[in-house]
Amino acid sequence: MLRKTRITLASIFFIGITLLFLDFTGTLHAWLGWMAKIQFLPAVLALNLAVVAILLILTLLFGRVYCSVICPLGVMQDIISWIHGKTKKKNRFRFSYSPARNWLRYGMLAIFILVLILGVHSLVALIAPYSAYGRIASNLFAPLYGWGNNLLAWISERAGSYAFYSTEVWLKSISTFVVAAATFAVIFALAWKNGRTWCNTICPVGTILGFFSRFSLFAPVIDTEKCRNCGLCGRQCKASCIDMKEHKIDYSRCVACMDCIDTCKDGAIHYACRYGKAGMKEKTGAAPDQGRRAFMIGTGIVLTSAATASAQKKVDGGLAPIIDKKVPQRSTPLVPAGAVSLKNFTDHCTGCQLCVSVCPNQVLRPSASLMNLMQPQMSYERGYCRPECTRCSEVCPAGAILEITKEEKSSIQIGHAVVDLSLCLVNTDEVKCGNCARHCPAGAIRMVHRNPDDKNSPMIPTVDEERCIGCGACENLCPARPISAIKVEGHEVHRTI
Amino acid sequence: MKHDINRREFIRRGGAAALAIGGLSALNGCTGKGKTQETSSSADAGQGEMTYRINPKTGEKVSILGYGCMRWPMIKDNEGKDIIDQEAVNRLIDHALENGINYFDTAPMYLQGQSEEATANALVRHPRESYYLATKMSNFGDFTYKGAMEMYSRSFKRLQTDYIDYYLLHSLGGGGIEGFNRRFVDNGVIDFLLKEREAGRIRNLGFSFHGDKETFLALMDLHEKYHWDFVMIQMNYLDWTHAWGATAEFMYTELEKRGIPVNIMEPLLGGRLSKVPDHIAQRLKERNPQGSVASWAFRFAGSHKGVMTVLSGMTYMEHLQDNLKTFSPLVPLVDEEFAFLEETAGLLASYPTVPCNDCKYCMPCPYGIDIPAILLHYNKCVNEGNISQSQQDENYRKARRIYLVSYDRAVPALRQADHCIGCNQCVEHCPQKINIPRELHKIDRYIEKLKQETL
Repeated sequence: MLRKTRITLASIFFIGITLLFLDFTGTLHAWLGWMAKIQFLPAVLALNLAVVAILLILTLLFGRVYCSVICPLGVMQDIISWIHGKTKKKNRFRFSYSPARNWLRYGMLAIFILVLILGVHSLVALIAPYSAYGRIASNLFAPLYGWGNNLLAWISERAGSYAFYSTEVWLKSISTFVVAAATFAVIFALAWKNGRTWCNTICPVGTILGFFSRFSLFAPVIDTEKCRNCGLCGRQCKASCIDMKEHKIDYSRCVACMDCIDTCKDGAIHYACRYGKAGMKEKTGAAPDQGRRAFMIGTGIVLTSAATASAQKKVDGGLAPIIDKKVPQRSTPLVPAGAVSLKNFTDHCTGCQLCVSVCPNQVLRPSASLMNLMQPQMSYERGYCRPECTRCSEVCPAGAILEITKEEKSSIQIGHAVVDLSLCLVNTDEVKCGNCARHCPAGAIRMVHRNPDDKNSPMIPTVDEERCIGCGACENLCPARPISAIKVEGHEVHRTI
Repeated sequence: MKHDINRREFIRRGGAAALAIGGLSALNGCTGKGKTQETSSSADAGQGEMTYRINPKTGEKVSILGYGCMRWPMIKDNEGKDIIDQEAVNRLIDHALENGINYFDTAPMYLQGQSEEATANALVRHPRESYYLATKMSNFGDFTYKGAMEMYSRSFKRLQTDYIDYYLLHSLGGGGIEGFNRRFVDNGVIDFLLKEREAGRIRNLGFSFHGDKETFLALMDLHEKYHWDFVMIQMNYLDWTHAWGATAEFMYTELEKRGIPVNIMEPLLGGRLSKVPDHIAQRLKERNPQGSVASWAFRFAGSHKGVMTVLSGMTYMEHLQDNLKTFSPLVPLVDEEFAFLEETAGLLASYPTVPCNDCKYCMPCPYGIDIPAILLHYNKCVNEGNISQSQQDENYRKARRIYLVSYDRAVPALRQADHCIGCNQCVEHCPQKINIPRELHKIDRYIEKLKQETL
């Protein structure tokens, strides 16, 4: 019963969170967005103390149910492990007790807190469980979902229906994709072989919650009177935490999956209150600090940017070919309105890719820079940050992008446009243009005469930096290709104008 | 296959014999100089026979339904390039000839320059005297004598023939009478073409027209000098009185007065008169439940006695079959039906559709915009009632979704209206005188309002 409840709840959470990463229409977030917001690490980074407190109390009461139910990476490992168990009966009972590898898990936790403080965002995102899952979902599952949707869109187009519309599936960042694939491979291998190894040796959240679950009020307990030492429970424990000989369970590693309870044929294991009396010594968790983060000089592989846009093979004889735009050099990276500042953004972002998944304008993509690998950044070759869209701010669970309204967005300056007149079509093709000014939602682009003394001279664009909000409509719609004649430079601190 | 050809041959000859009889009777009924005469022979069992009109100059019988070769079906070749589906063209042309169509109108620039060749490839499989070929001098960019000569001789080569039955000065009217002078008079091209007519390599010389009254009258005055054998005008029940330049009524009257046979282009306005708003379709269907919406437009064009042939760019076999039904034989409109169509035209003109006929003369846009696709998509939404005036509209949510979703389906993102920079290079090419950038920007603003929900 308890196991079934756990599986039901876990399925709901797992499917819900996965859908958050898959649903590019953004409609599910209104209903399921909270599932991302109660993830442990994002809540810590968002300084969402209420959520953190609730999760800790939950653990103190019931053990690490968080790991079994709420954490999508944990549930994914359970699924992988379960599939292995299904292949052969022998495989179901492939586990055995192993002592806790404390030096490894405490070491990992220490490293994690260290990199968090140092601000090595790429390593934080690499280890953090929710980020790891988000990366996998958005890089590996979302494309499949997108293609499936496009197939439906293709069918519905032919059926004259508007129920589905197609979405573009594109490789947002090769480096992040590679990391996601590698993460998945590692997790898959570990889960396939030994169940929850990752959770009990590497995962910092698992280790932190382990401190608390050690003292949980409820937990599976072995009734030594009834136990006949068959050892089945231990051989089925994917956390390898049941010491059959001693009849002891390592509660710091137990994820309260209840498998052992169902396995025991003698009814010797119960999920029960471990203490006769309530009240116990509480220990403050090692919740990571929100420290100042210094910059670190990165070493390692040089990662190419995602500029290699896929060739658009749709050139009809009657249509002029269109060259793909290239990503311009920006001296300061662009982050979405609501991020407040570059620093606030990088400090809070866990690199979960949720905002990247929901961005309908193909603006957000994971950064390829070493320091901020996998943290999102903006660019405008495929679309621009449209005035009516505030989706990334709605979904961010970590407080890296704070929630804003459309109205607020229209006055938040995340950057400003810079014109390169040597590329402007008015000069290169001697044609009338002004497409940037026509589409500027802030009215920040003023067309002026090229020659101020000649009122018949062609009009060229200028930018009113005070009005510009950096949305990139001008850059995206600039007809100059492959490099736009107008580009947006990011601001370190966003301003309200 | 051999049997097939024999059968076709048999029908053709049978038809020709029937025509000869019909022609005689028509001659008997000849009322005056230069009037195109109607003959309708009834030979084939079951279905009626094609209606024919007689060219007063040559006495030849031209099928009232002519084949416009500007809209052949296209497919992708191995490199993804659009090419004409030759097999389909062969099938269409065979079927057309079998059913009495004998007039084929092409031009050097149609379908990115592929039309003449593809049309000829299908036609040369039939005897040369079984059809009339029309092509044009489309010297739009290059006004030199040399350029015109190259285009002229290339047409002969592509059409694999040593004479052209109907040769047209393509699309006069743009740039006024000065435009005509620049293209044909100053460089001596018209003199050359007149000589070619004398030599018999051009059997009939005429022009097609898109322009204003003054220019048209000026060209009519030149009839004395050049003796236009025929003229092709845009005529349909909407343009009869609602055209932007010279109305069809005006041009037709002028031509009829001079006894010049009239060829009709755009009888259907590139499909705009078959894809009409819902309640117009309702109206037309109520009046004639069996006939297609398009059949009204074709009957309108054909019902005028001075019309020699009505061109239709039939892309699909179904178009061809439907038109054959309309014209085999033609049931002319009665006065009451003329009045009904005039009223319909008034209703149609009140719709804010863009008068684009998808001729693609504006293409390719140097900045990659798919102009006709954007305009046609807009028209489609107008006709289907999916343009909202405000968010308070009853069907606003549905119309918004349909517009935005179908827009992305109809036009790739990079070819949409928001990329139009307004360079105006397309404007001069549009025979319908649409201010294309203005329309595109208007549509773009509408889309922005839909997207931002600020309508």
